[in-house]
Amino acid sequence: MTVLERTAREAVGSACEEVRDPTAADEVDGVAPLLVARPASTEQVAEVMRAAAAHGLTVVPRGAGTKLSWGLPPLSADLLLDLGGLDRVLDHAAGDLVVATQAGARMATVQQALAGSRQRLAVDETVPGATVGGTLATNASGPRRMLTGTARDLLIGVTVVRADGVVAKAGGRVVKNVAGYDLGKLVIGSLGTLAVVTEALFRLHPVAEAQRWVSVAAADAPADVHRLVQAVVHAQAVPSAVEVDRPAGGGGRLGVLLEGRRDGVEQRAATVAGLLGAGATIDEEPPAGWTSYPWQEADVAVKLTFVLSGLEDVLAAAREAGADLRGSAGTGVVYAALPGDQPTDRLAAAVRTLRSACARHRGHAVVLDAPAEVKRAVDVWGPVPGVGLMRRVKDQFDPEHRLSPGRFVGGI
Amino acid sequence: MSGVALAAVAERARELMPRDRVITDHARLRTYECDGLAHYRVTPALVVMPDDAAQLAGVVRACAENGVPFVARGAGTGLSGGALPHADGVLIVTSRMRTVRELRPEDQRAVVEPGVINLDVTRAATPHGYYYAPDPSSQQICSIGGNVAENSGGAHCLKYGFTTNHVLGAELVTPQGELVEIGGAAPDTPGYDLLGAVVGSEGTLGVVTSATVRLVRVPEEVRTLLAGFESTDQAGAATSGIIAAGVLPAAIEMMDALAIEAAEAAVHCDYPHGAGAVLVIELDGAAAEVGAEYDEVERLCRENGAFELRLATDPVDRALIWKGRKSAFAAVGRISPDYIVQDGVIPRTALPEVLKAIADLSESSGVRVANVFHAGDGNLHPLVLFDDSVEGAGQAAEEVSGAILDLCIGHGGSITGEHGVGIDKAKYMPRMYDEDDLDTMQLVRCAFDPDNLSNPGKVFPTPRLCGEVPGRHKGAHPLQEAGVAEVF
Repeated sequence: MTVLERTAREAVGSACEEVRDPTAADEVDGVAPLLVARPASTEQVAEVMRAAAAHGLTVVPRGAGTKLSWGLPPLSADLLLDLGGLDRVLDHAAGDLVVATQAGARMATVQQALAGSRQRLAVDETVPGATVGGTLATNASGPRRMLTGTARDLLIGVTVVRADGVVAKAGGRVVKNVAGYDLGKLVIGSLGTLAVVTEALFRLHPVAEAQRWVSVAAADAPADVHRLVQAVVHAQAVPSAVEVDRPAGGGGRLGVLLEGRRDGVEQRAATVAGLLGAGATIDEEPPAGWTSYPWQEADVAVKLTFVLSGLEDVLAAAREAGADLRGSAGTGVVYAALPGDQPTDRLAAAVRTLRSACARHRGHAVVLDAPAEVKRAVDVWGPVPGVGLMRRVKDQFDPEHRLSPGRFVGGI
Repeated sequence: MSGVALAAVAERARELMPRDRVITDHARLRTYECDGLAHYRVTPALVVMPDDAAQLAGVVRACAENGVPFVARGAGTGLSGGALPHADGVLIVTSRMRTVRELRPEDQRAVVEPGVINLDVTRAATPHGYYYAPDPSSQQICSIGGNVAENSGGAHCLKYGFTTNHVLGAELVTPQGELVEIGGAAPDTPGYDLLGAVVGSEGTLGVVTSATVRLVRVPEEVRTLLAGFESTDQAGAATSGIIAAGVLPAAIEMMDALAIEAAEAAVHCDYPHGAGAVLVIELDGAAAEVGAEYDEVERLCRENGAFELRLATDPVDRALIWKGRKSAFAAVGRISPDYIVQDGVIPRTALPEVLKAIADLSESSGVRVANVFHAGDGNLHPLVLFDDSVEGAGQAAEEVSGAILDLCIGHGGSITGEHGVGIDKAKYMPRMYDEDDLDTMQLVRCAFDPDNLSNPGKVFPTPRLCGEVPGRHKGAHPLQEAGVAEVF
């Protein structure tokens, strides 16, 4: 250990009680940190960040670590900032349909706290164990995004700690609020490169009285799947989700979730079953894999976005690329899994196939996660509009580029 | 600001667009001296009316090169002075940019220019079974550019959200005059959500020259219920009951006795006679669902004391019910020569307490306050009535209006739910956010507009000086010396 490292460690140690040496489990996408700090409050996070700033340490924030390998590996990760100690649900104002929570709280914990009031935070848990902060940092979303949107539609207030240790709030406790800039939007999906979120306020939704899943075997021809999705999306049944699940080897299902009052839901489910045609079934439980991503460990995980009329083309491209596909066909956000044990040039070609299909329909293909050698060989992010402005935002918030450097678009 | 700099911008503008779109004549400039908040008036030094994004970007580039401030203006209906001109700057009027560039119901998208009127998006989409959801009361005259700048809401945002939830992409002219795409037609564009920062930034981060908006499927059924109550407490309790029952109406609007009186005088909306409060509750969605929800809402209204219930299911009857509510601001002119439209937000559950406090304020000051609000989301629009010909009346009304904002802040709410901060409420921002909060927000401003040229003086009470390395200040900035800005 160098003298500098020792002073830095002492500074972080005096800012926060829980500081320890890293283990193999603390690696960030293959990058070993020097130190792990686990603060217990926003104030402690601020103190740790000030100590890191004083000693020029790079910092990678972590929630439960379920998606910590998304994006590119950080160029450096001196300090792993474990937010697991900020795990409390702070306040549930049931009458106002608002919850305040610390960022390290697990999504499941938040939902449990709300369940007694028959309310929920309308973001599906796509990876078990995920925290609020990690969900925000990765902009994770599941099937229900079709009706209730994503984190950007639900986050109404945020407390962040900046790279220089300054604590700042934006938004507030009310759903309707246009005072000042909406900093919450900027941190969503920023992979920990802009600021450390320590607290979040969300608007909530009531849990519906009844739910029905209407599903049908997916046709082999992309055109047939496309037609059914279009029929449901442009009908007036107001589905909460329209999901496609299409393994590379064929088969799979189309699933539509309807939620509401018991009588209403049954009638709407019957309407949707009629649209999906013979063979459609109506169930009270979700089909297998409903909120989970299609990939396994060591797969290449790709997020595909497109406008609705592009579904057929994207389905065809996924088949050509040999990808398992699952996701929100009704909104134009699906996830592709490519087996990671292929030669990297084949994987790169598969990503290009997917990306050009998405681009034809005004969308993007982003490699969320992949084995290290694949991340080195393929263009993970693809073209991103406005990247120049993004760098300027980064330079203002983190002028020394110490927050998760290199994980994000354009080298940010 | 030097006349030379401004002349250079005017000259460039005349090269870019026909000469009659570049206004320098004082009488014509005065036409643009205010927006919907007419008690702030500033005559701009120059007005330009570009036809397209290239012309607009050219003007902004000229402003950037010459250090001339600029303000974008849509239809000029804003209620916070967000489009108040700069005396030494350029006012860029986007009303000629009114093309719906693309209408793609199959993708649930439209691409529209900033001068397109809000309601015209819906009119274009309706034949395809779609509409544009954000519906500010001024939707017949306000434009999308202004909606994007202000993150406009409307009666139906309780269920459908605000402008920010319905804009997916934009073409932005940065304050340097670059034309960039941010966001896109597909969801979840990779990278920082710059669009999320731009929507609602009140013209301080650049000028949007087109917006890609979400189109929403027209609901199968819409039911609008007008319920008369003896008091706002009863109406508030009914609202709480509806929310607690897990019903999410498209809208829940409340008006108190004074607001009803004004609406009756102005548009003869025939609201329940003798009501101390009315609720307008709209349910929409799949027919089967709306039917089930309606029964519950009706029951909850009766249980909480509704003495008259009227249901409208066809567009004509619905329009009649909405007429009273949507004309409420202007209607107040019938019962008072002058009035302030306030816009504050409270947690919905604080409604009875805050209404009581407003009534107390009104009584102790002798200033009448009519209440119109989006009860479902706690967005209050108290209308503070006064007669400007009476000495001190305007001042007394201002004080009551300000005290109402303090009530909102004190209850954990906001100083604005949909009208924006603009010039009017910049001074209240430090009551809602501390110095570090405001400083952090202005980091975004510095990233987009380091020279502070895009709608300067709006939103923030004190501009932040940009581009300084923390802890390494070299002498005082000229703005600081002049007492214009503080260094945080």
